[in-house]
Amino acid sequence: MNIIDSVLNDFFWRALIGGLGVALVAGPLGCFVVWRRMAYFGDTLAHSALLGIALSFLINVPLNLGVIITSVVLAIALMSFSRNKTLATDTLLGILAHSALAIGLVALSFMPEVRVDLTGLLFGDLLAMTRNDLLWIYGGTALILTLLVVLWRGLLMSTIHEELARVEGVQVERLRLLLMLMFALVIAVAMKMVGVLLITALLIIPAATARRLASTPEQMATLAILFGFLAVGGGLSLSWHMDTPAGPSVVVTAFVTFLVVYGAAGIFSGRSSA
Amino acid sequence: MSETLVAIENLTVRFGNRPVVDRVNLSLHRGDIITIIGPNGAGKTTLIKAILGIQAITSGHIMRSKGLVTGYVPQHLSLEQTLPLTVKRFMLLSGQSLAECESALERTGVSHLLNASVHHLSGGEQQRLLLARALVRKPDLLVLDEPAQGVDINGQAALYDLIRQLRDQLNCGVIMISHDLHLVMAATDKVICLNQHVCCSGHPADVSHDPAFIETFGRPVAESLAVYHHHHNHSHDLHGDVVGSDNSRQAPVREHSHEGCQHEHH
Repeated sequence: MNIIDSVLNDFFWRALIGGLGVALVAGPLGCFVVWRRMAYFGDTLAHSALLGIALSFLINVPLNLGVIITSVVLAIALMSFSRNKTLATDTLLGILAHSALAIGLVALSFMPEVRVDLTGLLFGDLLAMTRNDLLWIYGGTALILTLLVVLWRGLLMSTIHEELARVEGVQVERLRLLLMLMFALVIAVAMKMVGVLLITALLIIPAATARRLASTPEQMATLAILFGFLAVGGGLSLSWHMDTPAGPSVVVTAFVTFLVVYGAAGIFSGRSSA
Repeated sequence: MSETLVAIENLTVRFGNRPVVDRVNLSLHRGDIITIIGPNGAGKTTLIKAILGIQAITSGHIMRSKGLVTGYVPQHLSLEQTLPLTVKRFMLLSGQSLAECESALERTGVSHLLNASVHHLSGGEQQRLLLARALVRKPDLLVLDEPAQGVDINGQAALYDLIRQLRDQLNCGVIMISHDLHLVMAATDKVICLNQHVCCSGHPADVSHDPAFIETFGRPVAESLAVYHHHHNHSHDLHGDVVGSDNSRQAPVREHSHEGCQHEHH
């Protein structure tokens, strides 16, 4: 107990433990973002998190809860809008992503009594992670991992071929909604770590790096988790030794890993696709 | 008559105000091979999606036999390059055992590709994989959407042969869409010519002489399929039944009269 206590009392260890927890779910969820081409969608949800924070102050609910609720509402709105094909999905996402971000910033400016660390929200404040944050992260992580394991086959089938999945009795629509809810949750818990502007990077880069080395979806998800761990560990070390901002350092480490893996794989195989 | 797997009554599917499938009647029995042909936009895919239960219908009824297991072979497996997938993993996603998966791949002749990446398969190999994926579920009904697309001409004949063999081995019903009219004629028991509504249906050799078929596909196509000429020597009563025919056993059964129908001539 004493050891755990002293570990949790150290801000660096708290950051590391929190970061690893987020990487654990960002890996497999990131794979779905890559497979389903939802990068822009993830960005939109992430940007809406700022609006969620403003609303949480307004109606006085915990920040994480406000962010989750805003993301969920936006995700459902997006799903219903995209059925109506007047606007292309990327246009719609572009409108909502930046409007949500701008409305969030404007709303916060109307509340001068609320002192928020805007840089921390936008780019993350990994080193300021509290014990309460860790609780949120590991609660969210446990929930998402359980859902992913239980729903894995259905999620994968509906990603591979939606109609084939439906013929085989997979509840495609329900799974899509659950996947959105998982994104909303991971964004709410990862926001503290890398900030709303960099969350998508944490989802996509480890998954994309893993793609180069994997030959099954499960391998890719596992490797994405490992590359996520590497990014968090490397980024925090960089931040510790060079005094760089922690969130961006994590993303930079992930990016360097991506370049190294693709470069090395290119040299060894001489081919461009696995 | 063998067990009825699917019976469709007066099925209509509208997209907005446009009827895509218009009052179609169809029944499919165990052991049947039915091929749906028709011009682009004729509602072929919509019809089979309705049969599969993944297309909302506007009116009419689809009755499926109790506990019907359907195997679906889609046109393509357009897999994202970012999703790594081996043949083995794809087969195992059916929830069946590895032994069952291997035996299904064996049946369609692609068991040697077990560890290959799905991205590296040729068009023909991919169709055989999709067929194996449908078979591993031990379907009562096999539904194929243009199974021979992207397969060369020799491969096409082999594929239709395979479908017939599988029908015999599994004693299932087969319904498929095809554009390869020559092969369809050789490989199927019943042809349904669809152009929103059922223009004509019956044994392949007869359908190719049906005026409705000629109107839909144009005379050159029909003549290239017709080995001999035959005249329509029957007429229809109010229910569309053939009356006064002297070769009604072989004659295609017209589903309804064509007065008032518009067909494009090619």
